[in-house]
Amino acid sequence: MIRFVLRRLAAGAVVLWVVATVTFALLRLLPGGPFDKDRVLPPEIMRNLERRYALDGTLGEQYVRYLGGLARGDFGPSFKYVGRDVGDILLEAVPVSMELGGAAFALAVVGGISLGLAAGARRNRPADRAIGLLSLAGVSAPSFVVGAGLILTFGLRLDWFPAGLWEGPLYAVLPACTLAALPMAYAAQLTRAQVVAVMDQDFVRTARALGVPEGRVRRRHVLRNALLAVLTYFGPLLATLLTGSFVVEGIYAIPGMGRFFVTAVQNRDYPLVLGVTLVYGALIVLANLAVDLAYAWLDPRIRVGAEEP
Amino acid sequence: MSVRGWLGLAIVVALLALALAGDRVSGYRFDAQDAAAALHGPSRAHWLGCDALGRDLLARLGEGARVSLVIAVGATGLALLVGLAYGALAGWVGGRTDAWLMRAVDAIYALPDVLVIVLLIEVLAAALAGLPDLWRRLAALALALGFAGFVGVARLVRALVLQAREETWVEAARATGAAPLRILVRHVLPNIAAPLFVSAAFRIPAAILAESTVSFLGLGIQPPFSSWGTLASDGFEAMRSYPHLIFFPCVAIFAALLGFQLLGEELRARIDPRSRA
Repeated sequence: MIRFVLRRLAAGAVVLWVVATVTFALLRLLPGGPFDKDRVLPPEIMRNLERRYALDGTLGEQYVRYLGGLARGDFGPSFKYVGRDVGDILLEAVPVSMELGGAAFALAVVGGISLGLAAGARRNRPADRAIGLLSLAGVSAPSFVVGAGLILTFGLRLDWFPAGLWEGPLYAVLPACTLAALPMAYAAQLTRAQVVAVMDQDFVRTARALGVPEGRVRRRHVLRNALLAVLTYFGPLLATLLTGSFVVEGIYAIPGMGRFFVTAVQNRDYPLVLGVTLVYGALIVLANLAVDLAYAWLDPRIRVGAEEP
Repeated sequence: MSVRGWLGLAIVVALLALALAGDRVSGYRFDAQDAAAALHGPSRAHWLGCDALGRDLLARLGEGARVSLVIAVGATGLALLVGLAYGALAGWVGGRTDAWLMRAVDAIYALPDVLVIVLLIEVLAAALAGLPDLWRRLAALALALGFAGFVGVARLVRALVLQAREETWVEAARATGAAPLRILVRHVLPNIAAPLFVSAAFRIPAAILAESTVSFLGLGIQPPFSSWGTLASDGFEAMRSYPHLIFFPCVAIFAALLGFQLLGEELRARIDPRSRA
């Protein structure tokens, strides 16, 4: 078990190193430096700027220096936010994204499973059809479409919730709903399909034939077996949502990683772009590991580390 | 064909017509400005109203349809071609080659789609500096989206090829002395074409979604050209006072995703009847 975790962490570190190297190379391929747009500077000042922002020396030297910094937990200074290190910005942005993503994940799981169960248990009845239409609409709506609708109705017209910024639980309602809409709809579709499939299984018929009450059949036999398959979707979803969202953080002006990434690309703030990319990679590696461990715990048939001979 | 299938087909045909008809639907060029009509809502002259520069919104949605569909189809074709070659190679050769090829795919998978796409667009747009502006953006987006999509196709193809490799008809072909490449192309590929086709059908709405998302963020198609994403982004700024500017682009994107999704479901149900709920 411990060996498995260690091996996975080592593999994750390699992935992160590859991501860092490729992203570093990609960014240096872009023409134009971060200080090109401003007025022409005297060469001495240019040299000082380059030294301050670690842009002097050959590409190889810059790369080695960057990796060295990373190893000490130093992401370097931001090009655009003068006087701030990328590490400081990330320390503030990551928790915000994780709060938003965590709330959206909880919403998507609870809402998606409940809707899917309700629909699957009433197969082909009006409630099932209504939920089917709703979830079909949900999987076809990009987050900015959902966001626009929610902001216009609940933010501006009804004025129930604030339509921007990040200053308390109330501020999280609309963004979390926006982010959760699509995965919730997808989870509802998935749960319904699983419930419908499991209901036809022999063991359900056997349980009914043995006189087990319908409610107990659904709870003990249908729900459990249907959920195991749905879980395979929630694992990757957790990883995706925990990192927040580029669009949702943008439209609600939430100071999370996604928002910083978009502005950093626009500003050519390379250290910040690299930093955000690496944090994304690290979070996803860790989340996937957690998911694999959770599977093994839920389903004893899966043996962690079984791939080893 | 099911009701849902017909609905999907109708939506997709309508969008294609809007994209192909160009200026003829609205009677305006997408960049023609009519200052007197700026920010006006829907009217007889401008069916869907005008934006802040007095440009007809229907004409701009038509232009956006062209851009979005060209990128989506281009990206899907690219993802399919590259993914097919990559996945078939990994699955057919197997062993260490397979392990390394799949490790690379896993590394790309470890990052959010939008992040990979945005980084690639910037690099590709710089690399294609020789092309005219619109074409450069179109090509960069199609290539970037295609790259983000090929990973999924490669995984699917690999799994299918691995499965097919053990079938008795492959063994039979081998026994007759057919060359490995011939078995792969003449026997294995036709047998895995159906699921591949279905996954391609679902890649188109995914590409439309990704394009509109990236353009919405301001990192895809750039003004003065428009895609549905840039139109929605423009509309977002003026949402409170001029809701028509956000409403119609959102409807267009929603309809496109819904239409292609329904069409994909229909296709899947026909190819694989077991998937019918």
